[in-house]
Amino acid sequence: MQKQEFTITVYTENQVGLLNRIAIIFSRRKINIESLNTSPSEIDGVHRFTIVIDEFEELVRKLCRQIEKQVGVLKAYYNTNDEIVWQELALYKVPTDVIAEQVKVERLLSQHGAKAVVIRKDYTVFEVSGQRAETDALIKVLEPYGLIEFVRSARVAIIKESEGFHKKLTEFEYREPSEAVDENEYLDKNEEVFTM
Amino acid sequence: MQTLTINEKQAGEKKTTTISGSHAVMDALLKEGVKTIFGYPGGAIMPIYDALFDYPDQLQHILVRHEQGAIHAAQGFARASGKTGVVFATSGPGATNLVTGLADAMIDSTPVVCITGQVFAHLLGTDAFQETDVINITTPVTKWNHQVTDASEIPAALAKAFYIAGSGRPGPVVIDITKNAQLQMFEYEGYQKCDHIRSYRPKPEVRKQYVEEAAKLINEAERPFVIFGQGVILGGAEKEFKAFIEKAGLPAAWTIMGMSAIPTDHPLAVGMLGMHGNYGPNVLTNECDVLIAVGMRFDDRVTGRLDKYAKQAKVVHLDIDPSEIDKNVKTTVPVWGDCKETLPMLTALLEQKQHTAWFSKFGEFMDKEKEKCIDAELNPDTDIMTMGEVIKTLNELTDGDAIIVTDVGQHQMVACRYAKYKNSRSNITSGGLGTMGYALPAAIGAAFGDPSRTTVAIIGDGGFQMTIQELGTIMQYKPDVKLLILNNNFLGMVRQWQQLFHEKRYSFVDIQSPDFVQVAKGYGIPGRSISNRADLKDALKEFLSSKGTHLLEVMVGKENNVFPMVPQGRGVAEIVLSKEEI
Repeated sequence: MQKQEFTITVYTENQVGLLNRIAIIFSRRKINIESLNTSPSEIDGVHRFTIVIDEFEELVRKLCRQIEKQVGVLKAYYNTNDEIVWQELALYKVPTDVIAEQVKVERLLSQHGAKAVVIRKDYTVFEVSGQRAETDALIKVLEPYGLIEFVRSARVAIIKESEGFHKKLTEFEYREPSEAVDENEYLDKNEEVFTM
Repeated sequence: MQTLTINEKQAGEKKTTTISGSHAVMDALLKEGVKTIFGYPGGAIMPIYDALFDYPDQLQHILVRHEQGAIHAAQGFARASGKTGVVFATSGPGATNLVTGLADAMIDSTPVVCITGQVFAHLLGTDAFQETDVINITTPVTKWNHQVTDASEIPAALAKAFYIAGSGRPGPVVIDITKNAQLQMFEYEGYQKCDHIRSYRPKPEVRKQYVEEAAKLINEAERPFVIFGQGVILGGAEKEFKAFIEKAGLPAAWTIMGMSAIPTDHPLAVGMLGMHGNYGPNVLTNECDVLIAVGMRFDDRVTGRLDKYAKQAKVVHLDIDPSEIDKNVKTTVPVWGDCKETLPMLTALLEQKQHTAWFSKFGEFMDKEKEKCIDAELNPDTDIMTMGEVIKTLNELTDGDAIIVTDVGQHQMVACRYAKYKNSRSNITSGGLGTMGYALPAAIGAAFGDPSRTTVAIIGDGGFQMTIQELGTIMQYKPDVKLLILNNNFLGMVRQWQQLFHEKRYSFVDIQSPDFVQVAKGYGIPGRSISNRADLKDALKEFLSSKGTHLLEVMVGKENNVFPMVPQGRGVAEIVLSKEEI
């Protein structure tokens, strides 16, 4: 068996501290997380983590069981790249004058599917969504033309076989709806309280 | 006594009372049936202690001498009684002193709820006095933890805490409550116990198909072997387990944590597994055809080298925690679920059988072990006393009825090898974490957890000095704890390894001890020290029959070793009976 890229999809409650609980499952074993995305899912109150690691399948299976064991985690899945549709979003900041002066650059950008997000006098920001190789390729292309800044998002992935989480959730949720997040409401109140 | 009701009023349909967060904590404890709390006060938990002052008849608070003592006591309480242990500690150092106990409770699946004070919510992250990030420090060593910054969250948070700590595979929970939340008055709607969390599944659904497959394997087995852990005790499935092994005539060996689930002299009991376990169970693990693991997690101290562990056998694994299946040992049939449910299902499908020839093999190995190790340990032919003979004499006097709490090291292994048990929840020891200093506070907790039984703490000279301050707790609250110190004037287990694997380079293992009898006397605890065999029986009799706590120090051989032993990095079948074989 060989190490390969796995995408782990985790459905969780939206609770403070869960990110750490999940992250330490990897760091405890000295596994590097290649990419991590977390955001609300299609269901209100349920968050979705997408985690990419390079590991052996057997270990990934064990990691998923450890993740699922955490209170606050509804379900964890793992998939190979064949089993998912995935994308990353990349933003490129390029000097506007270069693009304006060199038609070639504009052509290159459109060849790579880049779309202008912001155009200012001094710089322009382009976005490209795609897989790692595609967004990497555009860096190489833009470098000679004074690429100022580049940023790439974590991977987001849809599992091809998945029917979404609505149906699954009914298995877990036979009594209660999602809980509201408890956050600290007192952080800006330091001058109103006398403490000892 | 002050009552909870400060101001009753009707808010819509729901009747609420205005109470402080701290009083909500007290009410939660009462509703959860808590009677005993182990703790230590401090600045950030003062409102909770102030509320506690109003409940002298309902809540007994044991003031320990160090927060580590509080959590080990709560662990001992939980292990002896089966109830959830409760701890109070303050913020900062109070909370960080709990960490060792949390890690211990986590790895040994002990239900404990710790309530820690925290600085005011608006001070979080400002490096306030006695502020530490308790939630993040304790995350890896808790089953669940949660910070409360508003009083209205307290009832639900504590209800979840008790539910999570005690259900499924139990474990420790920390609830960190900021001081403002403790002080804050809020509209209290009453306490509601928690019995469901959508993102927490205490036990997996039992799959009948796997139970059937497991039964088939066991029925077809010629050399079946059962190994069991604390899951049997935690599930309260002692009866079900006995019925299971008795129906199919299955020889059964325990892990250190499973010990006392069945009486040590049960006809099908074949002894202890693991590094210092019995000869037969270790060797025959690699000769059985079906290995049935019940509520155990294949710790490395049990399995030795995994690539030489039970490779010939089909493995049936019963566990409540799905993440344990295939974690260390590949399972042929996983039977997930609470063994209280799965064992009867499985037993119903088993054929009545006896495996006489196979079972007698364990006897043959036991004979060899007796000849090579046990006889010399229990009936030494030198003047120097052994730990084993102390335990043997103790067995004669307690008749296996006592709760035995051990610390960590040689005396722990010897006690677990030779102690006799008749009742479940009788062996309390730090199995997974190996926490020296565990025994003294855990024994205090055990004595409060089950005062109907005699609690004997067996402790080495090293471990005793790690939490010796808890003698103060005994002095103050007078739990009936018998303290048996087995003193070999060495950190014995490390010394044994240095002798066997480090060319006898005894690096910092010659620990000096104070006069323990004098120390105990300072705390008002009577004691005695003996070094002659002739005194052993009488001293132990006096020790056990004395009213209240008593300390007995027995001076034992300095360089005695614990055998048999599966040396680290070897397979279970490569267990050795003496140092010459290493």
